[in-house]
Amino acid sequence: MSVLARIVRSQIGASAIAALLALAIVALVVAAGGYDIARAASALWNGSVGSSYSFFSGTLVRATPLIIVGLAVAVAFQAGVLNIGAEGQLLAGAAATVAAGLALSAWPGWLSIPIELAAGMLAGAAWASVAAVLKRSFGVLEVISTLMLNFVALYMVSYLVRGPLEEPTHTYPETLRLAESARLPVIIPGQRLHLGFTLAVLLAIVAWWFMRSTVAGFRIRAVGAGPAAAASAGRVSVDRVVFRTFLASGALAGLGGAVQVTGVTYKLCELISPGYGYTAIAVALLARLNPLAVIVAGIFFGALEAGGAGMQRDAGVPSGFVYVIEALVILGVLAVDRVRTYAGARSAAVPGESAA
Amino acid sequence: MSGSAVTAFLESGVRFATPLAYAALGELVVERAGVINIGLEGAIICGAFGALIAAGTGSAVLGFAGAALVGMMISAIFAFFVVTLRTDQIITGTAMSMLGLGLTGTLYRTMYGTGGASLHIATIAPVPVPGLSAIPVLGPSLFDQPVVTYALYAIAPALAWWFYRTTGGLALRAVGEHPEAARAAGISPSRVQWAALLFGGAMGGISGGTLVLAQVGTFAEGMSAGRGFIAIAIVVLGRWTPFGVAGAAFVFGAASALQTLAQTMGWAMPYQLPLAFPYVLTLVLLASTRARTAAPAALGQRAG
Repeated sequence: MSVLARIVRSQIGASAIAALLALAIVALVVAAGGYDIARAASALWNGSVGSSYSFFSGTLVRATPLIIVGLAVAVAFQAGVLNIGAEGQLLAGAAATVAAGLALSAWPGWLSIPIELAAGMLAGAAWASVAAVLKRSFGVLEVISTLMLNFVALYMVSYLVRGPLEEPTHTYPETLRLAESARLPVIIPGQRLHLGFTLAVLLAIVAWWFMRSTVAGFRIRAVGAGPAAAASAGRVSVDRVVFRTFLASGALAGLGGAVQVTGVTYKLCELISPGYGYTAIAVALLARLNPLAVIVAGIFFGALEAGGAGMQRDAGVPSGFVYVIEALVILGVLAVDRVRTYAGARSAAVPGESAA
Repeated sequence: MSGSAVTAFLESGVRFATPLAYAALGELVVERAGVINIGLEGAIICGAFGALIAAGTGSAVLGFAGAALVGMMISAIFAFFVVTLRTDQIITGTAMSMLGLGLTGTLYRTMYGTGGASLHIATIAPVPVPGLSAIPVLGPSLFDQPVVTYALYAIAPALAWWFYRTTGGLALRAVGEHPEAARAAGISPSRVQWAALLFGGAMGGISGGTLVLAQVGTFAEGMSAGRGFIAIAIVVLGRWTPFGVAGAAFVFGAASALQTLAQTMGWAMPYQLPLAFPYVLTLVLLASTRARTAAPAALGQRAG
């Protein structure tokens, strides 16, 4: 077996090839657009990993919600639950967290912060539960219901920041800022990186251990791999596993929103998420739904977004370009996967395979 | 509320509904072939951009043709992945939405710079239908609109006829309900799905073209503003039938019109309420048995 074939066959190799393919196309497009490619590349580098500030305060800060929400998507997809409503669950979590944080502003941080994060997780799970109940009781496709709920969440946040939660002067459509005590502490002095990143990494490790070493984790994977087989051979209650995983996924996405408002924005506003819930799908997919790999994929996308901002600033490449890169990474993973299947490699864990 | 306010409300409802109806009727055909195109948003924004480029020739007809063509091109990428490579529909569709939004934003800034907002295209004017537009209340709303809206009055019945009265329509529905049976009957599911996706892409493109050429008169980044996702809701609300979808498009259009009306009339109602209402209605409807049995049985499944 050639070295190339060996790389293509390994999961990490396939993801890396897809990412490299995407970056190669990106370089071509940047050059075709008449931009100075050396300058764009150095801006991408400087904006993401070129200095300790760009890495800790740019890349890792952006990676934090992507890792947490990426875990939410990965866990759901493992169970064959196509939760594309992470965006809505994140918004619900962010809203509940800010509401709790504002109410508890006089409390000491060690008490208020856990309550804020718990409120975010509860709200995320509650938002997901609408789709989960519709799926369990009425057989509604979660793809459609979670998509609808994303829009309802968007309008709900818009209403909250222009209504009950609007700051008292009614000048801006946003809430008051959280008290210092209600914010996540910064973990490196002089940087913007906050405790949420530590939490994200810990969660990924726990999720990895859970999926790999516990009975519940095994059940989730069994249901995702084949609901009928899991029910008959393993005597697993498929409905229950799907329902619980759906709620857990919503709680994680809600936590992503909670961490973002307590660690970065300190307030709720309409544009609280630039589509983290959708980017998280790319993160989970690039990570092959493996929780540990979600950390790496989250940092990769965090670097792209931080570097994309740098490219716009220093080389004039429009920031919307980051979406092109993300889309190409997803398409690259999908295409490389199919090539592997055709090449007769052992079947990979393709998200959604079970849903087909 | 006066009669003229009702007329204005209906008129703007139909105007808001027009781009939605194009995208949703296209998505309807796609879904009846068993495919969910979450990437429709990408086709709409690409169509809007294609319209901008093609309208540079000074011809609105060419503008719409350009919109349809670009919509078909982006849809062809989706079809290649989903039908030919058999990748997951949802993930591929998400990527196509990102690709369309990112690509058009990048190209727009590259070609027109950041001052592109000053770019203006003459929009096509409403053409009142003699006689019909004089009907009180309903006349101006239904028959004093741009020609693209009138075309819809023909497309919805034509689709209904085609679905239920032709072998082509039967083949389409067979593929969406039971691809194996369709294959046994000598129909190629992948060919049908390719054709449906090209049609859906063209309709999505025209939807974007309508925004640029008949309504806004310029292009803006992200101007599709979620219409691709709304169209998917409309198909559900319309219970997967052409007339149902046309009606549901009007419900969503009217919700947008109601929001404008509530703001101008100073009603004490959060303006987000009418905007969120159609989504909630769709969710409630999804929970009813009749809606679910109306869905194509093989919807969203990867071709075997």
